[in-house]
Amino acid sequence: MPSRPATATSAPVRTQVAPKEELSLTAKDFRGEVKPVWCPGCGDFGVLSATAKALAALQVMPHQVVIVSGIGCSSRLPYFMSTYGVHGVHGRAIPIATGLKMARPDLTVFAMGGDGDLMSIGAGHLPHACARNIDITCVLMDNQVYGLTKGHGSPTSPMGHKSKSTPYGMIAKAANPVLVALSYGASFVARGYSARPNELANLIVEGVRHQGFSFIQVHSPCTEFFNTYDHYDSLVEELPERWRRTDLPAAINLALTEEKVHLGVFYQEERPVYEVEARQFEPEAQPFDLLSYLQRFS
Amino acid sequence: MTPTARRPTKQPKSFQENQIRNDFVIRIGGDTAIGGVISTGENFTAAAARLGFHVFTFRSYPSEIKGGHAWFQVRIANRPVLSLGDGIDVLIAFDQEAYENHRKNLNEGAVLIYDSDLVHAEDGSFIHYAAPFQRIARQELDFVRGTNVLVLGLMAGLFGLPVNSLEELVRRRYKRRAELVEKNLQALAYGYEYTKQIRKEDQYYLGTSDHIQRLVMSGNDAITAGALHAGCRFFAGYPITPASDILESMARELPKLGGICLQSEDEMAALGSCIGASYGGVKAMTATSGPGFSLMTELMGLSSMTEIPVVLVDAQRSGPSTGLPTKLEQSDLFHALYGGHGDFPRIVIAPASVEDCLSRTVHAFNLAEKYQMPVILLSDQSLSHRTQTIEMPEPQHMKVVGRLQPSDGHDGEGYARYALTDTGVSPAGIPGVFLHPYVAPGLEHDEHGHPNLSAEVHEAMTEKRFRKLASVAKETDTPEWAPRYGHPRAEIGIIGWGATEGSIREAVERALERGYKVAAIHPRILNPLPETQLRQFIASVRRVLVPEVNYQGQFAHHLAAQLGVQPIRLNKIGGVPFTPGEILQKIEEVMSHA
Repeated sequence: MPSRPATATSAPVRTQVAPKEELSLTAKDFRGEVKPVWCPGCGDFGVLSATAKALAALQVMPHQVVIVSGIGCSSRLPYFMSTYGVHGVHGRAIPIATGLKMARPDLTVFAMGGDGDLMSIGAGHLPHACARNIDITCVLMDNQVYGLTKGHGSPTSPMGHKSKSTPYGMIAKAANPVLVALSYGASFVARGYSARPNELANLIVEGVRHQGFSFIQVHSPCTEFFNTYDHYDSLVEELPERWRRTDLPAAINLALTEEKVHLGVFYQEERPVYEVEARQFEPEAQPFDLLSYLQRFS
Repeated sequence: MTPTARRPTKQPKSFQENQIRNDFVIRIGGDTAIGGVISTGENFTAAAARLGFHVFTFRSYPSEIKGGHAWFQVRIANRPVLSLGDGIDVLIAFDQEAYENHRKNLNEGAVLIYDSDLVHAEDGSFIHYAAPFQRIARQELDFVRGTNVLVLGLMAGLFGLPVNSLEELVRRRYKRRAELVEKNLQALAYGYEYTKQIRKEDQYYLGTSDHIQRLVMSGNDAITAGALHAGCRFFAGYPITPASDILESMARELPKLGGICLQSEDEMAALGSCIGASYGGVKAMTATSGPGFSLMTELMGLSSMTEIPVVLVDAQRSGPSTGLPTKLEQSDLFHALYGGHGDFPRIVIAPASVEDCLSRTVHAFNLAEKYQMPVILLSDQSLSHRTQTIEMPEPQHMKVVGRLQPSDGHDGEGYARYALTDTGVSPAGIPGVFLHPYVAPGLEHDEHGHPNLSAEVHEAMTEKRFRKLASVAKETDTPEWAPRYGHPRAEIGIIGWGATEGSIREAVERALERGYKVAAIHPRILNPLPETQLRQFIASVRRVLVPEVNYQGQFAHHLAAQLGVQPIRLNKIGGVPFTPGEILQKIEEVMSHA
C-alpha cells in the first residue's frame, strides 16, 4: 500500500469541508457495518439512533466525528457508527476525548459511556472537564446498573436496589448526575430518555452546537437487569413552562427537588472554551528551531 | 576580622603553580532554610561553564519545602567530565550538619570552607579556610542575605575563577532590582578580595579553559528540547518529582509553537489525553515518575493494542510506594519491560547522559511513530536534575520521522486500519484527514478494527503487534544503540544501562590504566534488546558484571532471561549514584578472584 510521505511535525492538518449543497447525509450514513450486540429492547439502541439522527441534522461528515467511549455495554456504541471512534479504557473516555479535542479543535468529539464509566471509575475526570469547558459532548447512557458484568449495583442505582453485589440492597445514596454536572460548572446540562429518540437527537444537536462542555444524562434502561421503562414512562415530562435555561440556582433547585423526571436543557451558559483560550496567548504559531532554542543553555 | 587558614597535621606544600589539580569536586551543603545553598553552586557552575570549563552537577534536596538538608555538588575540569567523581575535594559547609554529613566523603588533602561562628570543625587532616561569613555580611556589608554571594566571591578567588564572570551573572539575576545588584556585587567583591588575606594551601585551581561555547543543561531540559525538535505538540502531565520541570518547560514553550500543554487531573488522564491527541495525528508525550507510571499502566496497554504512538517519560525515583521521592533509583525497569496485563509490545529506551536525553528523545518519537506503539523513556532523578556540559548538537543528525498514513489517493476501498503486514506496521488514517473512519479498539479486533474475539484473530493480531518489535530490533540492534568501549580482548565485560554510564566509563578508563583488561557495553534500548551486540559482547569476555542502582538486579535478571547469561551483580540503593571508584573496586575484586 503506498504511503503518504511523513510530515516532519504533526501539527493538525485542516480539513477541507465540502460545500453545504453537496451534503445530504441521512441518519443511515452514520450507521456502521458492525451489528449492535445489545439485548433486544436495550435503551442504548435509542441513543444510537438519536446520535445518528443528530449528526445527520448537523450535516457533519462522518470522518470529522470521533466518538470516544469507555468500557461497558453502552461503550460499544462507536463500533456501530460510521464515524471515527476510540473504544478506550474503563473510565477514561473523557481524558482521551479531551486530548483529542485539544489537539484537533476542528473535529466534533463525543465522550460517551455508562454510569459505571462516567459516575464511578471515571467520575474523577468529570469536574475537570466541566471546569475547563472543553468543547466535547459527553453523553451519559445511564441504566443505573452494571449491565456488562451482569447486573451489579452502580453509583446511580437507587438506595435499597438489590443486585448480585448488593444482595441486601444498595446502602449508598444514588448519585444525581444532572445535579453533579451543574455543581461542577458544566456549561450545558441536559437530560434525555432513550425511549424518546427524537427529543434526544435534538438535545444532542444542541449539545454539539453548544461551545463548551455539554453534559447529557440519558436514561437508557437495561431490559435484562434493571428494567425501568415503566418507571420512566410514567415519570418523564418536559421542563416547566417558560423554563429559563440560564438560571443556575433554579436548575440546581429543580435537580435537587424534582419528583418527576424532567427532560430537556436544564442549563446553558456561554463561557470561554479551553482549547480556544489555550491558543490565545500566542496566536501566531512559531516553527521550532533547535539551535536557537538551545541558546538559553549556553 | 582575620581569616583562619589551618593547615592539616600532615603538612602539604603551599599552593604551587606546577602542582595544580584542575579536575575537582566541590560540594556545598546546608539547610535550605538558610537559602542560597543550591544557588551558590549553580552560579559558580554557570560562570565556569561560560568560560569553557566542563561541569557535571548533582543535587540532593529534602522532600520538605522549607528546611531540611540540601546539597549541591559540581565537578569541574578543563576536559570532558563523565561522572560526579569520587568523594569531595572542596566542602563548603553552611552549617554543622553539612560538615557532619559530608566529612566522611572528603578526599585526602580536601579543603573545608565554613562559617567559623556556625560550624565547629575539629578534623585536623584537611585544609581549613574558616571565617565568620554571616557576621561579616551583617557587620561589614549590612546585608546578611548576601552571605552566599560573599562565599561565591571567596570560591572564585580561591579556585581561580575570574570575578567578572560572576559579576555578569549577578547583574543578570537581579536585573529588575537595581538596589540588590549593588549589594550583591559588593558582597561578591568582598569575598573575592578577602581571599588575598588567605595563604592558599591547597592545589585546586581551574587554570585555563578553551572558551568554546557549549551547553549546560539538565536531563529534563534535554528531553524537553528533544521532544520539541521531534515535533511533540501535545504534552500532558501531572506534577511529580523529579519529572515536573518537563511539564513546566512544556507549559511555557508549547503555546508558542501552536501546541497544547495540559496539566491533567491525574496520571491516567495524562496518558489518556496523550493517546487522544496522538489518535488525532499530533505527536504527544507525558512525563512522570514511579507512582504516576504505575497509574498509567492500563493506558499503556491501550496505546499498544490500538497502535496509537505515545512517548512516556519515567524519571525514576526510589520506590516502592512514595519511597524516597527526591532520590534516584533504577528500579522501574521491570515495570517498564513487563508491567501491564496481557501480552503487548512496548519499546524501552534508557538515555545514558544529558546528551543522550536530547537525541534519544528524538529517537523515541521516531520509533513510536514508525512502529505505532508506546515508547517508554527511562530516565532517573540523577539524570533529570544533574546538569552537564554537552557539545552543541547537530540537528542534521537528528532526523524526524512521521507516521505511516494511507496515501492521499486511497479511495478507502479495502482499507483496513489493522491490516496484517510483514513488518506489522499498517497505515493509520487520521480523523478529519482520511475519509474512511475506523474505531481504535481496546477489544481484540480484525483487520478493520471490528471486535473479533476468536482464537485465530487474537493469535494473528498478537503476532502482528509483536512483529513490529522484531522490525524495531532490525533497526536498533546496532553498535550505535549499544556502544562498546574498553579493551578489545577483555576479561571482564560490564553491561550497564541508563545514567550510570559516566561512572562506568571512568572506572573502565582507570582500570585500563592499571592494566586490567576490561570492556563495557551500554545499550540505550532495553526492549527490544540489541541481542546480537550483547551476545557478541558476552561471548568476547570471561566474566560479565552488571552494576545498577536497584536491589533486585532488574537488568541482570532481564539479561539472564533473554540471553541466558548469569552476570555478577553490583547493586546500590540509597539515593546516590555510583561513583567510578565503587565500580573500579568491584572490577578489582572480580579480577582478584579470577
